[in-house]
Amino acid sequence: MKVSMEWLRELVDLDQSAEQLAETLTRGGIEVEGVENLNKGFEKVVIGELVSLEKHPDADRLLVCDINVGQESVVIVTGAQNLLVGDRIPVAMVGATLPNELSIRKSKLRGVVSLGMLCSREELLLDEAVGLDRSAGGILILPPDAPIGENFGHYLGREDSVLDLELYPNRPDCLAMVNVAREVASLTKKKPHLPKWADQDQELPLPTASDLRIIIEDEDLCWRYAGLVVEDVQIEPSPEWMQKRLKASGVRPINNIVDITNYCMMEMGQPLHAFDRDKIQGDVHVRCAYPGEKIVTLDGVERNLQIDTLLIADDHVALGLAGVMGGLDSEVTKDTKRLMIESAHFSQVSIRRTSRRLGLRSEASNRFEKGLNVHGIVATLGRVCDLLLELGAGRPVALVDVVKKLPSGRQVSLSAEHTSTVLGVELKVDEIRQVLDNLNFKYQQQKGLFQVEIPAYRSDLEIEEDLMEEVARLIGYDRIPTTLPQGDLTQGSRTPGQEFRRRLRRVLVQSGLDEVLTYTFTRAESDAQWGSAQHSIPLLNPLRDELSVMRTSLVPGLLDVAARNVARRNMEVGIFEIGNTYWGEEQPLKDLPREELRVAGVAVGKSGKHWLNQPIDKDFYYLKGILEEVALEFGLKLEYRSAKNNSLLHPGRSADIYLKKQCIGFLGEMHPTLEKEWGLERVVVFQLELPPMLEQMRQTVRAYSIPRFPAIQRDLAVVVSMEISAEAVMAKIRKLGGELLQQVEVFDVYTGKPIPDDHKSLAFSLRYQSLERTLTDEEVNLLNSRILDGIQQEFGAEWRK
Amino acid sequence: MKHEIQRIGEETLKVLKDMESSEALQELKVKILGKKGSLTALLRQMGGLSPEERPIMGQVVNEVRSRLEQAWEERSAELEAIALEKRLSLERIDITLPGRRVQRGHHHPLTQVMEEIEDIFLGMGFQIAEGPEIESDYYNFEALNLPKEHPAREMQDSFYITEEILLRTQTSPVQVRTMEKLFPYLPVKVIAPGKVYRNDDDATHSPMFHQVEGLIVDHGIRMSDLKGILLNFSRQMFGDSREIRLRPSFFPFTEPSAEVDVSCMLCGGAGCRLCKGTGWIEILGSGMVHPRVLEAGGYDPKEVTGFAFGMGVERIAMLKFGIEDMRLLFDNDLRFLQQF
Repeated sequence: MKVSMEWLRELVDLDQSAEQLAETLTRGGIEVEGVENLNKGFEKVVIGELVSLEKHPDADRLLVCDINVGQESVVIVTGAQNLLVGDRIPVAMVGATLPNELSIRKSKLRGVVSLGMLCSREELLLDEAVGLDRSAGGILILPPDAPIGENFGHYLGREDSVLDLELYPNRPDCLAMVNVAREVASLTKKKPHLPKWADQDQELPLPTASDLRIIIEDEDLCWRYAGLVVEDVQIEPSPEWMQKRLKASGVRPINNIVDITNYCMMEMGQPLHAFDRDKIQGDVHVRCAYPGEKIVTLDGVERNLQIDTLLIADDHVALGLAGVMGGLDSEVTKDTKRLMIESAHFSQVSIRRTSRRLGLRSEASNRFEKGLNVHGIVATLGRVCDLLLELGAGRPVALVDVVKKLPSGRQVSLSAEHTSTVLGVELKVDEIRQVLDNLNFKYQQQKGLFQVEIPAYRSDLEIEEDLMEEVARLIGYDRIPTTLPQGDLTQGSRTPGQEFRRRLRRVLVQSGLDEVLTYTFTRAESDAQWGSAQHSIPLLNPLRDELSVMRTSLVPGLLDVAARNVARRNMEVGIFEIGNTYWGEEQPLKDLPREELRVAGVAVGKSGKHWLNQPIDKDFYYLKGILEEVALEFGLKLEYRSAKNNSLLHPGRSADIYLKKQCIGFLGEMHPTLEKEWGLERVVVFQLELPPMLEQMRQTVRAYSIPRFPAIQRDLAVVVSMEISAEAVMAKIRKLGGELLQQVEVFDVYTGKPIPDDHKSLAFSLRYQSLERTLTDEEVNLLNSRILDGIQQEFGAEWRK
Repeated sequence: MKHEIQRIGEETLKVLKDMESSEALQELKVKILGKKGSLTALLRQMGGLSPEERPIMGQVVNEVRSRLEQAWEERSAELEAIALEKRLSLERIDITLPGRRVQRGHHHPLTQVMEEIEDIFLGMGFQIAEGPEIESDYYNFEALNLPKEHPAREMQDSFYITEEILLRTQTSPVQVRTMEKLFPYLPVKVIAPGKVYRNDDDATHSPMFHQVEGLIVDHGIRMSDLKGILLNFSRQMFGDSREIRLRPSFFPFTEPSAEVDVSCMLCGGAGCRLCKGTGWIEILGSGMVHPRVLEAGGYDPKEVTGFAFGMGVERIAMLKFGIEDMRLLFDNDLRFLQQF
């Protein structure tokens, strides 16, 4: 809502500047988004007279002008061709910044100093209404009576300031100047001076029209419809003061009738529409559209109507879309002699639906959508009558007012004591009374208890808490002290799931991965590839195609991030995300879907060059190492088995990950056939389900003591065939070593000469130790050779000395 | 013999002083005091001395030996010191070269801020609640006093899945879910962090973003308590000298409602570019829980009151880290993320 300060000053005593008032309103709960000075861009533009005009000595296309700007005269060089000596023109002086943001500086054009600029309409962002016809395509030429030396903004009548109110949905009343004035009066404790029609439920001293019947066919969609019949209509431009106020409010002046309806709407909050009375044949019907019905609206567009579109129609055709836009056929034209001016209620929902559907939003539809004061419908027409007569625009002769439903008055009780308790401020009964008086609300008081009569324009006040807010904002929120809740002491806590995620995030970060956060909606194709198309949930109204389904896998989002980084030459990528995936059981969804937590990671590239460190490949073993860290942290035994039937992963470099015999995820290099799609080479991915890990995690650490007896270390290297896994050999070693074998680790894997083809050398380091005694070399040698025999037999392994 | 002993002593002492290595020193020691050393040989001859002479000679030998040993030790310590000095003078590294880097990852700035917010409220005795991101119209709107066709629904352009199921537009549905779960337990004292979604995308809006919701319900909760808790939070989050102010606002699920501003963390309230010259920065929305919302959660608004607040994690992160474009937070450029 744009509020003209000039207009507002007429409605309420104001001793604050626009900026001060903006602060007062914002602190009082009516947020002011900005203060616009209408003269902006015109501060240094003055009206000048062209005294002489000469050709530039060194340039054929330029003219040197001598301009009288009142106190002085300036020389300005221009290229314009439409000027005559004696013309009055807007002159931007040096230092001006024009509405189109052009800054004017002293300049030299082919040797001639130019002290300003002559302005065109375009540079001043003005329309054709300003200036003579000769202005087209050149410098704006003003009428000969334009006063020389006057500020151009003043000349245009732009001295006003406008407050831009950002209204919350609970205050549609402030879409009316009179109610803004009431609000300002309450907050500044001043008296408003409103037109008498600002009071609701007034009657108009006019006879009921005998030849006009109004028929409301659906009283849920239209509670009240009043039509004012006007004769002897004289269509002409509205007076300047009205045009100025409309422009300041963001409304384009059209003619006196349309301007009066718009002016009253801005002032009273009630949208109005003027029909040419002589175009209405028979009765006026408020009804929904028939199947297949069409209408040509004011903007000349033919529109197909849905059967729930509310219309104003006569006996034969639709005259307009109720509350949204009038029809072209019943439009007020310069030949119009008689009017019917509509002031009505239409259903918020219906108007919203129609204006959305047709993409037509206006000051009027906005007010209907937010809900309006049904009690003010006829009073607004009273204001219309006054203005019609004042402007000599027409003669009101009759009124039809059909009322189907009138919301009853509301009383809300307010207890001073309760208010003090809830706000936490000690308030005197008198203070509360003062607030109600400032609001100009009627009430009955019994000691600390008030029965408040809520005026019809404050539809937002329904319960005691609403009135408490009125009290709080009028005494000022700053009066509320800071205290702490008085209840029992409570213990803050996270759930085990939250705790688990925090720890998991820490381990991954400490292991070198960067955490990323990606959108949880993604492209349908990528999600189908890595997740489950059958379960993925599409959005009805996605922002973009590539954000159209809820993910069932975290991987595509991470691959996107990796690809984007590599494309930007961030070549070393190791990232992870912990987040939900979303699983729908049926299409369309009937119940809320499952939300399942996953952790996933992607790594590609190698660590950067360092003068000491060997570069580390971000390969399968890189991520596996990190997952082993995770397993260690939570005491989980993760098992890696060759990935089965996973066409997304490299068949020789991928694993399914099991926890207690349940597959909970995978780790592997992406299949080479997919590399091109992502623009990534040798990228490794993993994804794990969180709930099984949380369920199986070790709850506390059980410590064991350190053995007192010395350990004996032996190394053992064997050559085995390529397909035998290190894990299998180690398992055998552990089994044969028994309880004296405390630890086995692989410390070397080697292929190539002199190892035969298809074979590899595995070197293990074994540590023997007893809890009870010192072991002898002999018994360790015996055990070691038993182990060697065993793996030679089982795997055909050969001892490598 | 006495002279012989003293001569060996004198000569050895003289040579000893010029010894340049500990090896040579050791050699000399063996030559004099070893099994076949010259002094040892003299001692062996002592058996041929008379009982009167023996103790006197013994004394002489011991004197010489202990003098020699002391000199040996001194010289050997000198030599060690010289050797050490030499080693230290050779062992020099360029301390300006970078160290062996331990590769450590980085927490996303949003999770950092979210954890920080959680920790502050954990310290004030709040529990952490959660709710589904895909939510029913009932919890997201209706139970929060936003019936169908309420104009306030338009403040939040929603992503719908069906007419009744949508991506939650706020963490507020967790309010009613938590009250339902805890009823009739008091106090209800939770915060609910999580992802929320609105159909919007520009430098200050992201279609997916994060909020932290807070809720207290108990006997006698006052609006001044809201102010106290949020002042405490703001000071821990933005610094001890921060002040807060409340401004009247509107949320369908709170009444009275308040927007909360914190004094500018950049200029301290004097007015600067960050706070657009006002000295204040809006950080969150709050209010006393609307009686209809308490009822939806199962509690009797005549018995208990409560307050609720909700803050945008992105906004707090942007303020805290001086991030100007929200889209950076979801772009995941590693150069950006590795700053945190």
